Amino acid sequence: MAENILSVQDLHTSFTTDHGEVMAVNGVTFNLEEGKTLGIVGESGSGKSVTAYSIMQILEKNGSIRSGKVLFRGEDITKWPESKMRDFRGKKCSIIFQDPMTSLNPVFTIGWQLEEAIKLHTDRKGKAAEERAIEMLKLVGVNEPEKRIHQYPFEFSGGMRQRVMIAMALACEPDILIADEPTTALDVTIQAQILELMKDLQKKMGMAIIIVTHDLGVIAQMADEIIVMYGGRVCERGTAEDIFYRPAHEYTKGLLRSIPSVDKIGQRLVPISGTPINLLNLPKGCAFCPRCDAAMKICLEQVPPETRTVDGHLASCWMAVKKEAEAGMINFTGDSGRSLKADDTAGAGSGKD
Amino acid sequence: MFKYIVKRILLAIATIFIVCLITFFTMNAIPGGPFSGEKAKSPEVQAALEKRFNLDKPVGEQFLLYMKNIAHGDFGVSAKTGREISATINSKFKVSAKMGILAVLLAVVEGVFFGSIAALQRNKWPDRVIIFVSTLFTSLPSFVLGSFLLVIFSVKLGWVQAWSPQHQSLILPVLSLAAYPAAYITRLTKTSMLDVLGQDYVRTARAKGVREGKVLFVHTLRNALIPVVTYVGPMIASVLTGSLVVEQIFTVGGLGNEFVQSITNRDYPMIMGVTIFLAVFMVTMNLITDIVYKLIDPRITLE
Ligand SMILES: Nc1ncnc2c1ncn2[C@@H]1O[C@H](COP(=O)(O)OP(=O)(O)OP(=O)(O)O)[C@@H](O)[C@H]1O
Ligand code: SF4
Ligand SMILES: [Mg+2]
Repeated sequence: MAENILSVQDLHTSFTTDHGEVMAVNGVTFNLEEGKTLGIVGESGSGKSVTAYSIMQILEKNGSIRSGKVLFRGEDITKWPESKMRDFRGKKCSIIFQDPMTSLNPVFTIGWQLEEAIKLHTDRKGKAAEERAIEMLKLVGVNEPEKRIHQYPFEFSGGMRQRVMIAMALACEPDILIADEPTTALDVTIQAQILELMKDLQKKMGMAIIIVTHDLGVIAQMADEIIVMYGGRVCERGTAEDIFYRPAHEYTKGLLRSIPSVDKIGQRLVPISGTPINLLNLPKGCAFCPRCDAAMKICLEQVPPETRTVDGHLASCWMAVKKEAEAGMINFTGDSGRSLKADDTAGAGSGKD
Repeated sequence: MFKYIVKRILLAIATIFIVCLITFFTMNAIPGGPFSGEKAKSPEVQAALEKRFNLDKPVGEQFLLYMKNIAHGDFGVSAKTGREISATINSKFKVSAKMGILAVLLAVVEGVFFGSIAALQRNKWPDRVIIFVSTLFTSLPSFVLGSFLLVIFSVKLGWVQAWSPQHQSLILPVLSLAAYPAAYITRLTKTSMLDVLGQDYVRTARAKGVREGKVLFVHTLRNALIPVVTYVGPMIASVLTGSLVVEQIFTVGGLGNEFVQSITNRDYPMIMGVTIFLAVFMVTMNLITDIVYKLIDPRITLE
């Protein structure tokens, strides 16, 4: 087994607002293996971006990591001082964002912005930095890079800007690239090109990728392992096969039902009906409960534990626990402190609003 | 860029020509001249004066003559004092310009500084104090503030002498002149800075590992200053017009004061001279603003 380059353990991140504490991430755990791709999928507001920003420690001022660890090569970077974190950002781990139209500074040339990153993290200065910038632009498929480094972002199309963002992110050869919805803002044909480019560069440079998306097509194409998030928690984790063909969590099932096919790129998730979770006031039990058709009494009362399914991937859902119990794999009664009867399932409707 | 500047200069010349035209014919249309009324003059004296000022010629010819002269920097002589108008403007404008430039510098430096602090300390006490004070100053007319400063610091405390040609203390007039634009720039900078701080590219800069100081002063401030620059250009012009009042209060012998006097004296050549001078000045300022604007914001195409 390859070494974990990044390991996020029981991460909790929240934001202080006028209305109270927004509990955006509530105990996320995952491992990223060197050179591999991890996909994070989930509907809007499920805490995907906040998880990514927590890793980089680029949360907005009102947000902070409450608890948990982020281990980079075994070192907990949440304990690192800001000066050391600056070296992490852009050098060890880079991030590209959803909207390439607004992610580049409009008043500086592309070359300036690329060279800034290069000068920060490498010994290249002046001409050498410029050469590296040109080399990177060539690598991401920008034509006439010698000329284009002198141009401003407004002279680039959306797809070209995302290429520039990728060039900038990879200029210092980071170990990890986080791509937060890198193709959401782009045309379908351009989306495919950008994804191809990322895969291609991963082969060449060997970095690990965390790709965050709403788009199941993107995730199916890119990820070695997928985590499905809801309400700031991981609901289910497994390979693309596990998630698409053997979903065990009711939320994942809902997600898959909401699209006709997972084979095409560009399919957005249609939200599952029901009110999204209120992050100001987290439910005691399963966050998805108010919207879940299969909800049981226990779902209201206790957060479902992560359980191994028959085929070996992990899901945090009482239904999955029940199935395992029925299959005789575990003792469900012992796990929850109560026995699960048929009327528990029937009574779950009362938990809905 | 070069083509644009040439085009703008030609346009500026046209604008100035129109200003001259309007000023000249308006002045001519007003009944009575500097030599009528007041004391009765003998017809000979009257005729001699009119000849001296070309008033005996047809209006069209007078205008052409006038334009020819100002093209050579000759605005004629004052009808009241008989002194060269260009020399008067030159010496008086030096005083006004010194006051104006100091006020503009003070306003910009102070405004950008406190505006940035207010944005960075949003909703904390420094922000509240800064916004309170700047709201106060934006609602205070310069003549009220000017009189207030004069009474307190010159009259009551005697710390600062009032302006006189021998003792050209500009502190109080500059303060009263700078107060409004400074307060305005403070608020403008704050709003603009907050807007920019929320932009994705600021997050990109942080994510690259840029240190916070550079994120603020390079990535953020440059963008945040774009609206400030658009305000400062026209502000320079308004600081000079605003100085009419302030110069009166502090009896500063500047161009504003001269302008007011020339109006009360019906000194038409002087009024025209000052008006045209101010027009040239403002048109130039606007041109400079546009060029500076282009320099900070590459997205602006000057075509
Ligand atoms: N600065 C903030 N202050 C308060 N709440 C915030 C802040 N940033 C994010 N949140 C909240 O945290 C929750 C998770 O947001 P996040 O951006 O991680 O969602 P996401 O999964 O990335 O969704 P999307 O697909 O829309 O990008 C949201 O409910 C959001 O409103
Ligand atoms: S734990 Fe219960 S409520 Fe939550 S998804 Fe599973 S079955 Fe539905
Ligand atoms: Mg997001």
